[in-house]
Amino acid sequence: MATTADTFQAHEEHGHHDADHKPGFFARWFMSTNHKDIGTMYLIFAIFAGIVGGGISGIMRAELAEPGIQYLGWWVQLMGGEASFDANAHLWNVLITAHGMIMVFFMVMPAMIGGFGNWFVPIMIGAPDMAFPRMNNISFWLTVAGFCSLMFSAFVPGDVNGLGAGTGWTVYAPLSTSGSAGPAVDFAIFSLHLAGAASIMGAINFITTIFNMRAPGMTLHKMPLFVWSVLVTAFLLLLALPVLAAAITMLITDRNFGTTFFDPAGGGDPILYQHLFWFFGHPEVYIMILPGFGMISQIVATFSKKPVFGYLGMAYAMVAIGVVGFIVWAHHMYTTGLSVNEKMYFTAATMVIAVPTGVKIFSWIATMWGGSIEFKSPMVWALGMIFLFTVGGVTGVYLANGGIDDVVHDTYFVVAHFHYVLSMGAVFSLFAGFYYWFPKMSGKMHSELLAHIHFWVFFIGVNMIFFPMHFLGLQGMPRRYPDYALAYEYWNKIASHGYEIMAFSMIFFFVNIAYAFIAGKKAPANYWGEGATTLEWTLSSPPPYHQFETLPVISEDNDYHNHLPKGDAPATA
Amino acid sequence: MSTQAIERSNLKVGIIGLSIALAMLGLGYAAVPLYRLFCQVTGFAGTTQRADESKAAAAAEAGRKLGGATISVRFDGNVDANLPWTFRAEQTTQTVTLGERKMAFYYAKNNSDQPVTGAATFNVSPDQTGFYFNKIQCFCFTEQTLQPGQEVVMPVLYYIDPSIRDDPDAAPVEQVTLSYTFHRASTGKAAE
Repeated sequence: MATTADTFQAHEEHGHHDADHKPGFFARWFMSTNHKDIGTMYLIFAIFAGIVGGGISGIMRAELAEPGIQYLGWWVQLMGGEASFDANAHLWNVLITAHGMIMVFFMVMPAMIGGFGNWFVPIMIGAPDMAFPRMNNISFWLTVAGFCSLMFSAFVPGDVNGLGAGTGWTVYAPLSTSGSAGPAVDFAIFSLHLAGAASIMGAINFITTIFNMRAPGMTLHKMPLFVWSVLVTAFLLLLALPVLAAAITMLITDRNFGTTFFDPAGGGDPILYQHLFWFFGHPEVYIMILPGFGMISQIVATFSKKPVFGYLGMAYAMVAIGVVGFIVWAHHMYTTGLSVNEKMYFTAATMVIAVPTGVKIFSWIATMWGGSIEFKSPMVWALGMIFLFTVGGVTGVYLANGGIDDVVHDTYFVVAHFHYVLSMGAVFSLFAGFYYWFPKMSGKMHSELLAHIHFWVFFIGVNMIFFPMHFLGLQGMPRRYPDYALAYEYWNKIASHGYEIMAFSMIFFFVNIAYAFIAGKKAPANYWGEGATTLEWTLSSPPPYHQFETLPVISEDNDYHNHLPKGDAPATA
Repeated sequence: MSTQAIERSNLKVGIIGLSIALAMLGLGYAAVPLYRLFCQVTGFAGTTQRADESKAAAAAEAGRKLGGATISVRFDGNVDANLPWTFRAEQTTQTVTLGERKMAFYYAKNNSDQPVTGAATFNVSPDQTGFYFNKIQCFCFTEQTLQPGQEVVMPVLYYIDPSIRDDPDAAPVEQVTLSYTFHRASTGKAAE
C-alpha cells in the first residue's frame, strides 16, 4: 500500500490503464460524474458567460462614450420594440442587470468554484473525486439552466417599457415587485434560484470532500491554501445563499401570490428586502474573491520558490474575512436612514476586514521577499492582482465610512471600487489560475509570450476603463444611467477607449488557447519546476481520468502543501 | 476506511450541510417577524411606540418634573394611489409639553361609490425620535372602513416621552413629524 509521488506519474508509462478508461462522448460529458470533466465544463461555461457579460459591457461602454443616447434605440428596434426614451432607458436597465447577474453568478462563481475548485480541490487533498459526484453533475446543469432562464427573461416583457428584467442585480423591491409587472423578472429571479441551488449543492459537496476525503496524513493544517479558500467559500455559500433564496422567494410570492413581505400596504417593509439581500450580498463578494486569494497564494509560492509566508495566518485570515463578512452588510445601505450609532458600528466592523486582508497582502509580499522569483505568466497576473486588488481595497476602506458614503453612494466611485476588486481582483486571479493550470488540465503548453502580451494589454485596458471612474464618481456622476451631463464626457471617452484595449487583449487569450491545442508542446507533469509542490504536480498532465486509485500518503518529509520537500528522497510510508 | 464507511460518513456530513442550508432558509423567513419586532422595540426607522395608561401616567409624571419643556409636532397625511380617499391632517403643527397627552385629528373621505377599507402605515421623522413617540389611541391601530362619500375625523392620542432629553442623538430635535399613509387594506389585518 505504500506509495510515492513517483508511482503516480507511472500511470503515463503504463499506457492503457484502468485509470484512463473513459466513457463514450455523451455519457462522458452529459452524464458526467468526473470532477475533472465537470470542472472543464464549468470553465468552458464560464468563458462563454464571460463573453456574453463582457459583450454587454461593450454595448454599455459604447453608449457611454458620448453624452446622449446613441445606440440603445438601435438595440431596442433589433429586439422588435419601438425606440422611445422610456424604451431606451428600460433597455439600459436590462443591460446592467444582465451584466451584473451574468458576471457574478455565471462567470466568476462557476469559474472559481465550479471550475478550478472542482478540478483541483480533490487532487490537492489526494482524493479520487468529489464526495457526491452525481450531485456535482446536477450542480453544473442547474447552473446552465439558470443561465438559460436569465437569457430567456430578455425575450419576455419586463415592464410597460419593454422586454427583459430591469431591476439591477440586487432586485430591490418595490421596483422588482409592483414596479415590474412582466414575467421577465420572474424568470430572472428563477435564474437566481437555480444558480443558488446549484451553488448550495456544490458547497455541501466541497465541505464533505474536504472534511472526509483527505489522503492519509493530509491534516487540515497541511492543506494547500487553495483548498482552505474553497472550504471557507463553501461555508459562506452554505450560510448566505439560503437567505437570498428566502428573500427572492418572498419577492416571487409578493409578485404573484398576494403576500406583502415588502409591501407597506400590507404591513411589509421594502427595506427588509435590502437587509436580507445584503446579508447574502456581502458574503457573496468574498465568495467571489476568496478562491482567487487561494490561487494567488499557490502561484506566488510556486514562482518565488518558497513556502508561503505565514501559512496558518493566511488560512485563518480567510476564515476571519468569512466570519466578519457576515456582520457588515448594512454598509451597502448607509443612505436608507440608519442612525448614527448603526453607521458607526457598520463603519468600524467594515474597516476591521482590512486587517485580515492586510495580513494576506503582507504575507504574499513576504513570500516573494528574498525568493528566487520567476516572472512566468501566472506570476505576472498574480502580481497584477495583488497590486490592483489593493487599490480596490483602499477605496473600500474609504467607502466603508458612513459619512463619505452619503456623498458618493451610487456614484461611479462605487462602480470603480467594486470593479477594482472584482473585474481586476477576481478576474486577474482567474487568469493567473488559468495560465497556472491550463497545461495541467489540457496537457498542452500555452505560449508564454502571448500570455504576457495578454497581461500587459489587459492591464492597461482595465485600468483605463475603471480608474477614470473614480474621478467621475467624485465629480458626482451617478451609476445606472445611460446618459450624463457634458462635463463627464472626457473621462467617459477614455474609459470607453480602455474597453477597446481590454477587448483587444482578449484576442491574445483566445489565440493562445487555440495555439496550445494546435501547436502547443506536450506538458510534462511538473512544468513549473521545483517551486510547484502540491499534489497535482505529481500527476501527469493531463492527470489520469481516475487519479489516486492508491491514495498518496502525506508525511513529514513531503507534506505537499506550500513547503518544499525536505531532502531529495520521495515520501515513503 | 473502507469505501462503504467513507460513503456513510460522506452522507452524514452532506446531511449536516443540507440541514445548515435549510436552517438558514428558515432564518431568512424568520427575519420577517424578527425585523418587525426589532423595529417595534428599538423604534428603528422611526417606528413609534404604543403606550398603555400606566406608562402614559408615568411619562406625564416625569414630564412635570422637567418643568414644561416643549417640542413641536408636525402632522403629515398621504394616500396610496390605489385608495380613492382624501386624507389629510386637520392641524399642521402642535406644540406639546414633554410627557403631556395631546389629541390630534385627521380628516378622511371616501371619494368612491363603494365602501372601501383602508389601513394606515406610519412613522416619525427624524428616525431617532420613534422610540420616544408614544401613541395611546390611534385610528391606525385598526382598519377603517368608509362608506361611499363618508367623511370622518379620526383622532390620535399621543405623548412624547420626556426621556427624549436624555438621548444625545434625539435631544437636539425641536420638531418631530408624524406621518401616515393610508393604503387599501389587502391582507385583512391592520398594519402593526
